[in-house]
Order: sequence, then structure tokens, then C-alpha cells
Amino acid sequence: MTGEAIVAAYVFILAIFVGFEVVSKVPSTLHTPLMSGANAIHGIVIVGAMLVASAIGGTLGTILGFLAVVLGTANVVGGFVVTDRMLAMFKQRPARKRE
Amino acid sequence: MTVETLIPLAYLIAAVTFILGLKGLSSPTTAVQGNRIAAAGMLIAVIATFFAADVKGGVPIIVAGIAVGGIAGFTGARMVKMTAMPQMVALFNGAGGGAAALVAILEFARQRDAGVLEFGASLATLLALIIGAVSFSGSAIAFGKLQGLITPKAFRYAGQQLVTGGIAAATALLSLVVLGGAIAGSFAIEPMLLIAVITVLALAFGVALVMPIGGADMPVVISLLNAYTGLAVAMAGFTLGNQLLIVAGTLVGASGTILTRLMSKAMNRSLGNVLFGAFGAATPTGAAAATAGEDGRSIRSIGAEDAAILLSYAQNVIVVPGYGLAVAQAQHGVRELADLLESKGINVKYAIHPVAGRMPGHMNVLLAEANVPYDKLFDMDQINPEFQRADVALVIGANDVTNPAARSNPGSPIYGMPILDVDKAQNIIVIKRSMKPGFAGIDNDLYLDPKTAMLFGDAKDAVGKVVQELKKTA
Repeated sequence: MTGEAIVAAYVFILAIFVGFEVVSKVPSTLHTPLMSGANAIHGIVIVGAMLVASAIGGTLGTILGFLAVVLGTANVVGGFVVTDRMLAMFKQRPARKRE
Repeated sequence: MTVETLIPLAYLIAAVTFILGLKGLSSPTTAVQGNRIAAAGMLIAVIATFFAADVKGGVPIIVAGIAVGGIAGFTGARMVKMTAMPQMVALFNGAGGGAAALVAILEFARQRDAGVLEFGASLATLLALIIGAVSFSGSAIAFGKLQGLITPKAFRYAGQQLVTGGIAAATALLSLVVLGGAIAGSFAIEPMLLIAVITVLALAFGVALVMPIGGADMPVVISLLNAYTGLAVAMAGFTLGNQLLIVAGTLVGASGTILTRLMSKAMNRSLGNVLFGAFGAATPTGAAAATAGEDGRSIRSIGAEDAAILLSYAQNVIVVPGYGLAVAQAQHGVRELADLLESKGINVKYAIHPVAGRMPGHMNVLLAEANVPYDKLFDMDQINPEFQRADVALVIGANDVTNPAARSNPGSPIYGMPILDVDKAQNIIVIKRSMKPGFAGIDNDLYLDPKTAMLFGDAKDAVGKVVQELKKTA
């Protein structure tokens, strides 16, 4: 295995532990926003889409590159906005708790 | 130091914001901030990527793509009703999966053109392609089922598992051919053709995977596909040698896996059972055992006036919300009803089943919107012992999660699923539009219980009428 691949493997394994550790503490009340927030975070694929958008060129290559960026952006923007809308409902709570 | 050397630093910052974002989501007070921190990190990563050498020629395509995808994503997310959130999450998740699959195809083509194909990167590319494509088509089917475009019932036919297994085997076989070619450095068949066929097979596998799963199990499926997309993105990160994609994708893969396990556990079923079991297709025994009038029992229907009287003479009331409440947007009415009862000194609690609604936490979100205090919401384990002390259990649009057949009838498809012990309450009022069975497609014995009174109607209308009646007596 090359040095770069082994570093990537380290990052992968450590990220699994971080993911389990951080997420296992989320209360069930926030499960839906968590799913939605995590959904937005894998929208990071947009960076990959940008990097390969013009990798092969040609008509088909350009169309596929364009589509990859469209889908990645929809994932990011839609994901964060939906999550924000869900969480906005929790935010107003303390102000009206005792009325 | 050039700008380009700063890109990995920007990626590192983004990776940290994603971890902080998920951490922020662990508490209601920091959740909004957490989500925004992650969004800011995303923005930093995207801006930094514009400076990467690989991007130079692609700027017009990228800007156009971001404009189209951004408008589509923003409009979709703003316009959607709260009740349609689950299928919206499915849709955005599918978009991410599709993007990962396309990235894999393009990167494979680039590596082939450059003559640098090798085993490790090709394996990661194939995994990103296959998992991403499965997530894309699977999410599309899940969206269709929740949106009512496709039958939410489990779709099954003879020899189904053979067909699904065949698709999986063919995908694996062709992948091995590609890997062999990558190692040997030469291909007997044009590799891009193989990639195209693998893509089609993987898309078909996603459809075959989700179609046989009943609508009641869609929350588990969406959660699983969310984890899939995360994994696909991580694999794309391996292919591209991009640490940020690996970190972010893996974080989501891990969180999705935990959620999926929690949800399967809440239904007392293994994930394998959800994916391959016969849930959703009502078994003959289950349906027959619950036929109305079979053993002389019948349904008792009451009006809003009677319901109001029953409620106003109670001491302890437990509200059991379900998907019907979400569909009718009855959460504000329920809050008003609870306030009225509390002003009479009646103790009101809410019982939240882990899979009530269509996603975990679905009911919490809706009730939070109506400003129902957190400390009134109780998990299944906390509230179940209290039902026998409750004078009235008010079931609003919940069905399968209250069905005693899950405890008593081994022939029922939901047998063994933990339920809310609504039938232990002194009186039960069920607000329901009709006698139609729930999402699992099975009848509910609870409605035949002599203690149960059915208040037929749309949840919002029915609750509104009860509120009117209560105000008259106040």
C-alpha cells in the first residue's frame, strides 16, 4: 500500500470512531434533524463534483460533470435549509414556555 | 505559499466544522448553531475548491451547476410542508448518492485516459459508483412511496429474491472484470461499457431493494440510504485522494448506521428482517383475526360533545399522536386542547412512540412547532407504565403503534413490535378519518375494545370541535 492510501485508511477508521462517538449522544427528540443535518453534510460530494466536472471533457463528459454539480448542490443547499427549518421550531420554545 | 497550498487547510477547517455541527445537534439549544457552523464549513470548502488546479477549465460548468442545483434545492426545501419532510430528506439524499456515482464514473474515465488505473483506487471507484447509484434509485422509490406516487404497500412477486440476488451477482461479477483489467493494465472489453452496465445494474438493485419494503418501514430505509450515501461519498474521497470527502462521508455513514439500528430496535426487528422480511404484506392470519364483528365485538362511535365530557372529567390524560396528526396539521389544535384541560387542573402528557409518524422524532418536531413543552413528551418506556393510571388515552391519527396485536397475535405482521399500551387506559378515544387500516396495512384490535370510542373525522377538525365543546362547558 502506498503512503497516501494508508493515510486515507487512517482518516477513514478514525472518522468512524468520531462519528459513532459524536452521534451516539443525540437525544431521540433530535433524530429527525440529525438525519437531515447528516444528509446535508454528505453534500460535501459537491467538492468531488467540482474537481471532476471538466476531467474528461467532450459532450457526454461535460453533461455528466454538470449533472454531478447540480445534484451535489441540491443535496447541500436543500439539506441545510430543510434542517434549519426543522430546528427553527425548537428555537422559539423557551420564549413561550410559560404564558 | 500559493493559494493552492491553502486548500487542504480550508478542507481541514471544514472537516472540523462538520464534527462540531453534528456535536451541536446533540442539544436543542445548540442545534441551530451546529447546523449553521456545518453550512459555513461547506461554504469554505466550496470556495477553496474553486482555486484547485483541476477546476480551472470547469468553472463555467460548475457555476451553472451550482446555480441550477442551488435554486432547485432552496426552492424545494422552502416550499415543502412539514409533513412532507421525510420524502424531501429522501430526495436530497438521493441527489447526493447520484452525485457520488457520477463523480466515480468521471474519475474512472479520467484515470483510464491518463493510464493510471490501479487496483486500490478502482475498487474505491466501483464502490462509490455502486453504493451511490443504489442510494439514488432507492431514495427515488422511497420518495415515490411516501409521496403516494407508487403504492406504499410491499411490492412482491414470485422469484423476487432470485432476481434481486441475480442483479447483485451480476454487478459483483462485472466489477471483478473491471478490477482484473485495472490490475493487468489491459481490458478485453471496453471498460467504460462495463461501467455503464454496472451503473444500470446498481440502479436496478436500488429499485429491487426498496420496492418490496412496506411504507411503514420507510423511516428505516431512508436512514439506511442516508448511511449508504455517506459511505459512497467516503469511497469517492478515496478515489480522489480527498481527505475531506473521506471524513465527511464516514461521519454520515457512522451516524446513519446508528440511527438505522436504533430505529430497527424500536420495532424489535433486525435490519435484515426489515429489508428481506414480509412486513407490509398482511398475512392471512393477521387480517382474519382482526375482522370486525367476528366474535360479536363492534365499533363504538362518539361525537365531539361526548369526547369533551369524557376528557373534562378525567384526571390524567395521555395524548398519543401519530401520522394522522401530521397530515392534518393538528398540532396547534392539540396544544390548545391540552391548555384547556390543564386550566381545569387535568394532567396532560404525550406518549411518543419511537417510530410514530414517518421518521424518528417526527412527532417531537411537530409538537415543538406548536410549543408543547419538552417535559410533557415521554418516550415509550417512560409512559407505558402510566397508561393504567390514565383516565383517557386520546389517540390522534396513530394506528399501528397502538395495535395490541403486536403483543398478542403471533400471526400478525407486527407481532413483537413494542407498542404503546394504550389499551390499558380506563377509556380510549381514537380520532381517525375512517376505519382504513394503517400504513402497515393491517386492522387494529384496539378499535374493537369495549373501552374504545371512535371519533371519526380529520384530526384537525375533530380536535377543533372538541375544543369548542370544552370551551362551552368551561
